Amino acid sequence: MNIRDIMETMEYGPAPEAATDVLAWLEDHGRIFGHFIDGSFTSADAAGIEVENPANGETLARIPAAGEAEINAAVAAAAKAFPRWSKLPGFERSRYLYAIARHLQQRERFFAVLESLDNGKPIRETRNADIPLAIRHFYHHAGWAAAAETEFAGLEPLGVCGQIIPWNFPLLMLAWKIAPALAAGNTVVLKPADLTPLTAIAFAELLVEVGLPKGVVNIVHGGAETGALIVRHPDIAKIAFTGSTAVGREIRRATAGSGKKLSLELGGKSPFIVCADADLDAAVEGVVEGVWFNQGEVCCAGSRLLVQEGVAERFLAKLRARMERVRVGDPLDKSTDMGAIVSAGQKARIEGLLKGALAEGYTLEQSSCPLPAGGHYIAPGFFADAEPSATVSQVEIFGPIAVTTTFRTVDEAVELANNTAYGLSASIWSENINAATELAARVKAGVVWINATNMFDANAPFGGMKESGYGREGAREGMALYLQRAKAGRPAPLKPVAADFSAVPQTDGEAAALIDRTMKNYIGGKQARPDGGASYAVRDPKGGVVGLAPVSGRKDIRNAVEAAIRAKGWATNAHGRAQVLFFLGENLSARSVELAGLVQRMTGGSKAQAEAEVRQTLERCFYYAGLADKDDGAIHATRPRHLTLSLKESVGVVGVLAPDQSPLLALMSLVLPLIATGNRVVAVPSPAHALIAQPLYQIFDTSDLPGGVVNLVAGERDVLAKTLAEHDAVDGIWYHGTAEGAAAVETLSAANLKQVWTNDGLSLDWSQDTVARGRDWMDRATQVRTIWVPYGA
Amino acid sequence: MSETHERNPGCALRREWFEDVQINRTAAERRADAITSGRTVKKNYQAAWLLRAVQCIDLTTLAGDDTPGRVRRLCAKARQPVRPDLLQAMGVDAVTTGAVCVYPTMVPHAVKALEGSGVPVASVATGFPSGLTPLPQRLAEIRYAVEQGAREIDIVITREHVLLGNWQALHDEVRAMRETCGEAHMKAILATGELGTLTNVYRASMVAMQAGADFIKTSTGKETENATLPVSLTMLRALRDYGELTGFRIGFKPAGGLRTAKDALAWLALMKEELGGPWLKPDLFRIGASSMLADIERQLEHHVTGRYASADHHALS
Repeated sequence: MNIRDIMETMEYGPAPEAATDVLAWLEDHGRIFGHFIDGSFTSADAAGIEVENPANGETLARIPAAGEAEINAAVAAAAKAFPRWSKLPGFERSRYLYAIARHLQQRERFFAVLESLDNGKPIRETRNADIPLAIRHFYHHAGWAAAAETEFAGLEPLGVCGQIIPWNFPLLMLAWKIAPALAAGNTVVLKPADLTPLTAIAFAELLVEVGLPKGVVNIVHGGAETGALIVRHPDIAKIAFTGSTAVGREIRRATAGSGKKLSLELGGKSPFIVCADADLDAAVEGVVEGVWFNQGEVCCAGSRLLVQEGVAERFLAKLRARMERVRVGDPLDKSTDMGAIVSAGQKARIEGLLKGALAEGYTLEQSSCPLPAGGHYIAPGFFADAEPSATVSQVEIFGPIAVTTTFRTVDEAVELANNTAYGLSASIWSENINAATELAARVKAGVVWINATNMFDANAPFGGMKESGYGREGAREGMALYLQRAKAGRPAPLKPVAADFSAVPQTDGEAAALIDRTMKNYIGGKQARPDGGASYAVRDPKGGVVGLAPVSGRKDIRNAVEAAIRAKGWATNAHGRAQVLFFLGENLSARSVELAGLVQRMTGGSKAQAEAEVRQTLERCFYYAGLADKDDGAIHATRPRHLTLSLKESVGVVGVLAPDQSPLLALMSLVLPLIATGNRVVAVPSPAHALIAQPLYQIFDTSDLPGGVVNLVAGERDVLAKTLAEHDAVDGIWYHGTAEGAAAVETLSAANLKQVWTNDGLSLDWSQDTVARGRDWMDRATQVRTIWVPYGA
Repeated sequence: MSETHERNPGCALRREWFEDVQINRTAAERRADAITSGRTVKKNYQAAWLLRAVQCIDLTTLAGDDTPGRVRRLCAKARQPVRPDLLQAMGVDAVTTGAVCVYPTMVPHAVKALEGSGVPVASVATGFPSGLTPLPQRLAEIRYAVEQGAREIDIVITREHVLLGNWQALHDEVRAMRETCGEAHMKAILATGELGTLTNVYRASMVAMQAGADFIKTSTGKETENATLPVSLTMLRALRDYGELTGFRIGFKPAGGLRTAKDALAWLALMKEELGGPWLKPDLFRIGASSMLADIERQLEHHVTGRYASADHHALS
């Protein structure tokens, strides 16, 4: 167009970023790439996977899918590299991470263009977000490595980490996975998504350029089957996965009983709450950044718009007008806001959901902006009237379409916001600090942005709650997941003590007490007979009957969980919890003689041992009482004028299955850190020593422990564990029993992705403070909520 | 000012249009960043946009040592802001700047120098830049400038009224100024750098428009903080809201601190994104600047010749 005409239309015109270097790179490799194993690229004869440019459907390159041989080779290379890499001084590892950051920075443009070509996302985003954030991640972790000796004293790396990443932020997710793993001293086998492997390949070349020791990072390609090979590989110590909740569940099941550590960053359907006192124009831009950013292919997209009813009409009018100005087009054009959906399959999936919503009677409003021909484009849009019951209000669309519903009060906003299986993020818009902080505290989400959305930083923990997964990435919290307490040796397997749960009267017992005592379950602060009306004999090691304990079943667990849910007020007041736990210690002390007697009788140990167990339980009670109001979060240094907080909060309702060791001490060592941090517990005492529950619940009663905070349900461990593990309102389980029992709990936990911590069937010396208590127990009992508060008058 | 829209008559003070509005500063900053980093114009498009920016410039001299000679030189530049050979190479007819902006006593010299050019003379008035002279004197100053031939009056508001929330006083004052302007168009300078918060910027914008401003303008150029993108964004949103409430189009003028061709493109993109096409023309958009033109000229020469230009090859303003 000539200048005179442009002066009339004032269009932006084309502003394409040159792809010359990237195309030359593809050609130089014959557009075929192999795996990166043990420091070199494998031959790519069997490169059967076509990697497409989503903007025009053209094939960019071909890659092979790794089979068993390749995965074995990659894991072997990583395992071989581990001893040397993990023993390097932190400074040495830091040098490499720093070099990676530097080289990425020096090749920033190349990676930005390549990512845009491969994924379909606009160059503006790869240039301004993906690549700079990836670089920042390597710098940040170069820092952790440099300071590892002092910052992570007493901790050691895990070994070979299998890492599986998605296609929506390919290089950034690679950085989130590789940087902390390497900083902590682990080695890596990483699989990028088969839709978007190219920046990972260029990254592997960059590793060669910086001279990273061979085998420290291995990058293999392929789809779900390759991923499964990694997940099931016996020599891998940890799986870190980012992707869909469905695949996350599969991984949880596949790794059950393997002893592998697991962190999952999964899907979301995150609320975007607009209060009546919000800066509405700012909130509209928040939707642009939240839902239309990266074509909506963002796990933490604020895709459920909850708008206060009084301003909903105005807000949506502004949103409609704004939507018309979103530019959908060539991802490599510098003025493009939204590029192409990653694949035809994803586009069809999104369109299928939209069609379904239309069939359900909801109205889709979409921008009338022109879409380029060819390529997988979808115009931005929203449903103005999607009720919470609409399918599109519940499932993750993973495309540039929001759903909208209205609320009347802050309470209702919380209720609507939390009415989802997910808990990844939340975006809150209000100019009232009281309303905003209340919402930030009550919306169940791992990351909360106040008057902002989709902010990330290497020093801000990121990750979900509920079915959005567990584990955090970034900051000290992310590093912790690639480290473990240095182990002295492998503990012995735990030997369960046999118990006979027969409900038939036993004829070999003796009436020990003057008045017969009846032990019941303890549910909601009240003693409750087991639903089945049955009891079993708890015997001493010589077979003598000590007393009768309830044989509980599904309904007793159900009742206990309901009581625990109702006791949620326990989570709110740390000082109050400390007071109760100190008082609990006082009352334990008062009944220490009786407790020791019972322990001695049930375990058959010496009087001194039993007295020591009671004494240690008392000490542990004081320990956690003391720390109950000191489980502080952190304020993270991220960006100027951004308050970035991470708060620790309870996991929720946690099931505890106590081992057949140290009847009082083990049970309380599990229960105390949980309740000190605000969880509510449904605990199953050691079946062989279940009678310990009776004096214990009387002590709870006299210690002002609110009903429902600790519920004690006696019976067969693995039967009750199964019910707890299957219960979708139970948020976590701490299991100490057999290896098979632990595996079963892990498998069953997949349904709601509850946070499971087991002994892997191994024993623990409960009398050792170094292993049986500590801050890390409280970390296990909590999850982090990161709250971003940008500020400025 | 070539008029394509009905002039804003103003209205009584309507507090409910602004009293509940709060502007979030960091969100405004992010939006401003997103516009500058997310919009690019290249080649012919860039040349066209820069020429349009020239047409929107209020070429300004507001210095204590202004003289008739200085003003004549400025006016000559306003008549021919871009070298004719460059215009010819770009296939564009003659352009002029949007206006020339001077102090009241310089108005007669500017009017004379611009005779027949179609370029209007704008005069600052009302005790510019602080605005702290008594109201009768400030109104008399407007009257003087209009009598001398100024067709546009850039008034300053009393910041005190904003800082203390005396909205009625602000409305009354601006209303009186607008009446005194008569046919001359009134640009209300908010001196945003002295208003403390973006929320105040929004509220002051709204009151100025309710009082009948034809344009709202950021700064005098004399405050320590002048026009910024977040401030401009806030004023544009107020202006858009006012348009939706009343149907009247209000113009916008950032002033002070805009010095480069890049600044010109950033503000044009801001106008296009937030308001759309009509606000990319001089009847609704002006840029108060003195040195920006020189940078634009050099960029245009680079566009034509492919070589980087020397300032000495372009006439001084």
